[in-house]
Amino acid sequence: MEETTNNVKTFSQIPRIGDQAPNFEAESTFGPLQLQDFRGSWLVFFSHPADFTPVCTTEFIEFANNYEKFRKLNCELLGLSIDSIFSHISWVRNIEEKFGIRIPFPVIVDLDASVANRYGMIMPGDSTTETSRCVFVIDPDGKIRAMIYYPLTTGRNIDEIIRLVHALQITDRHKVATPANWRPGEKVIVPPPRSQEAAQERLNQGYECVDWYFCKKSLEKD
Amino acid sequence: MACIDKDGNITRSAELMLLAAIEPNDVDTIIKECGLAPFRVRSGLRELEKAGLIQMKGNFYQVTPLAIEKLEGKQGH
Repeated sequence: MEETTNNVKTFSQIPRIGDQAPNFEAESTFGPLQLQDFRGSWLVFFSHPADFTPVCTTEFIEFANNYEKFRKLNCELLGLSIDSIFSHISWVRNIEEKFGIRIPFPVIVDLDASVANRYGMIMPGDSTTETSRCVFVIDPDGKIRAMIYYPLTTGRNIDEIIRLVHALQITDRHKVATPANWRPGEKVIVPPPRSQEAAQERLNQGYECVDWYFCKKSLEKD
Repeated sequence: MACIDKDGNITRSAELMLLAAIEPNDVDTIIKECGLAPFRVRSGLRELEKAGLIQMKGNFYQVTPLAIEKLEGKQGH
């Protein structure tokens, strides 16, 4: 549904960063799941175009290979595509048989695309029958904190998704921001001051400043 | 159902959840005792409740007589 608010066109059915993630109840390879089952954990909820396709297979293998890194960040993984439960089961078994990789996370069955539509995972200009490579990072309170979209042709960088989850957690914990290409252990950005007094004060706070608006600091081990 | 197969037998994860609810326990305690991911326990408890194997009293879950029967049957094998 298209709506206009303050001259900004919005599509009310597609969530945005900062919105509560739409709830759902769906069958999965781990049994019936609801979004609220994941409360208290971070969640990377991602869609793929179809089972038994090569790019998706490489992504699933990389998600599985990095599963423990996500778990260390208190982050679960949840896949989705417009395929049947039998297709999902058969594909994850095939990945284990052919590549020796067990898929340790659930994959949602969304044959009627009801969940995909609620999350805006279908890009009609690319395909009307498959979900694109969408990633929603959802925080422990169920709020959408980041969204990434890739087209059908291009596999995602799983390392970047881990980096993103880590950066969001650091931001929450320390009230800082992270610069371009930030990696865990590197200096973070101190949010810019909002008054002249604060701008003056920060010069004495031991930050590494290039100018009053551009200061970095190291964090304690995190 | 992930917790119960088509023949009505309980799976290993269901068995772990039921054993953790022999005495009335809250979700957090069951999660700790099972060693399963929290989302699996929450969805599993919902399934087990629907199947009549577990009942909720306030914030506590406890197995039903039917669950005891299933667990005893499993141990007998």
